Amino acid sequence: MKKAVVRIYMGLIFLFLYAPIITLIAFSFNKSKSRGQWGGFTLDWYAELFKDRLITEALYYTILIAVLATLISTIVGTISAIGIHYMRGFSKNLVLNINNLPVLNPDIVTGVALMTLFISAGMKLGFVTMLIAHVLFCIPYVILAVLPKLRQLNRHIAEAAMDLGATPGYALRKVILPEIRPGIVSGALMAFTLSIDDFVISFFTAGNEVSNLSILIYSMAKRGVKPSINALSTLMFVTVVILLLIINKKSEKGEELLL
Amino acid sequence: MKKILASVIVAAILISMAFSLSGCGEEQVVLNVFNWGEYIDESLLDEFEKQTGIKINYKTYDTNETMLAKLEAGGSSYDVVFPSDYAVSEMIRKDMLLPLDFENIPNYKYVDERLKNLEYDPENKYSVPYFWGTIGILYNKNMVDDPVDTWDILWNPKYAGQILMKKDVRDAMGASLKRLGYSMNSTNDEELKQAQQALLEQKKIVTGYYGDEIKDMIANGDAAMGLTYSGDFMDLYWDESADFSHIGFGIPKEGTNLWFDCMVIPKSCKHKKEAEMFINFMLDPEISYQNSIAVGYTSPNVEALNRIRQEMPEVFELPAFWPDDSILENSDVYVDLGDYKSVYNQLWTEVLVD
Repeated sequence: MKKAVVRIYMGLIFLFLYAPIITLIAFSFNKSKSRGQWGGFTLDWYAELFKDRLITEALYYTILIAVLATLISTIVGTISAIGIHYMRGFSKNLVLNINNLPVLNPDIVTGVALMTLFISAGMKLGFVTMLIAHVLFCIPYVILAVLPKLRQLNRHIAEAAMDLGATPGYALRKVILPEIRPGIVSGALMAFTLSIDDFVISFFTAGNEVSNLSILIYSMAKRGVKPSINALSTLMFVTVVILLLIINKKSEKGEELLL
Repeated sequence: MKKILASVIVAAILISMAFSLSGCGEEQVVLNVFNWGEYIDESLLDEFEKQTGIKINYKTYDTNETMLAKLEAGGSSYDVVFPSDYAVSEMIRKDMLLPLDFENIPNYKYVDERLKNLEYDPENKYSVPYFWGTIGILYNKNMVDDPVDTWDILWNPKYAGQILMKKDVRDAMGASLKRLGYSMNSTNDEELKQAQQALLEQKKIVTGYYGDEIKDMIANGDAAMGLTYSGDFMDLYWDESADFSHIGFGIPKEGTNLWFDCMVIPKSCKHKKEAEMFINFMLDPEISYQNSIAVGYTSPNVEALNRIRQEMPEVFELPAFWPDDSILENSDVYVDLGDYKSVYNQLWTEVLVD
């Protein structure tokens, strides 16, 4: 009895979480452009997706920016986290709170502020400004993901390594980094998702040169979102699911843990 | 590890440099075109690039306000943008536009004479119409048995709980003003007060205030009728895969709003001649025909319309595509209200929060 209740409850929660995605996937095969009518099965939207120059261009920039922003913010964020970890007292608290500010700050404020900064610095809004903005809003999340791992780290390990003759750099690479790796990976994943998701900050910093998927989808409000976007979202969802399955498979086999 | 890190950083820097350089190193003219999302036959962009060798950087926006905000912020330049009527007059007032050189736009002669020199650009110095249409009442023929030819039907208690209103200050206030026999651009406090009273009265039988969902809600049978753009009806009409023959669109005989989306050249334009070439290209009868068919909205181009009339005479029976001349005469084009806009906003907000 208790088990059945638990199962039903779980089922309802999963339904609640996944119903929107299932609907979206179903409608990516809908012949009709309408969001409420079923016009028959079709794969046309998938074919059209790759012919559409605006969507392919936006997809390209979305992924390029996300990859670059993840790389840069993960490296900078990890180095900063290690630095912050070894700070003490008032200055540590100060830096930590400054780091939390952008996380709590509404996106729109960050976006407008960055735009104002870029324009007043005489920079042309475009790929570079958008990348800088993405790196900027990703770094605090990486720091927040890495810091707990550093706290768990036994601080004597690094000292022991150096006692045994390791240079500080060698100790960092061979001792500290492998220990905090799960934190770095989850920080990087967080940065990647945030970058792909972001609309507000991108909108203000992208200028006329580039646009990412969220800007493009948002601009379809007047005529209704094109079903090709459902097709694209389906493909992205399936890619993420496959990636997660591979990661889980690997960890089951006892191979190197990614997360 | 160090090597990997270093090479990743170098690669990232190189890639981003390549991008920033590609912007300035090129000699080829790049035209920055900024249009509404999903509002052009994209193959025409390729066609223009092929014909002229000019590259188009095409970006999209969702509302006039977003577009204006981006232009006013600066930081990037645009060569051709597509504001609606009232946004054109606002841009003229704010001195954001360059006058067009019609010598370079010979195809302007194909534009319907009735659609020239309208209130938003009285001497037609800055803008050329791109698409136009009306607002009216989208309805489900199975659920409405009265003729849909008057604004009063949106106030008819018989349809209580089945009426959707547009959540837009100008459209909602405009419909109410027109129903009372006033101009949609009224700046008379007394008239506006009456229009607001009528909307408050109507609120008792209205299901809700919505944006672009109205189209789908009516198509799904969630409501009997709603205030929308003619374009919303055309979107359903052209959808071949589902049957929307039970959906109709009526324009009230009291008159309605005529809307225009135009092509203009903002002051930040770097290639005015090429921008005018693009505008001229879009006004070409053949191109305009193709675009009108693809987007499904009414072209201002007489030649393009003639061709559509020959091939698809039935489309001209639809008031959403081709409103009666009498309706055109009674209708108003929105003008920029300037500071008076706040009066409208105030009254409308009171309706929404009531």
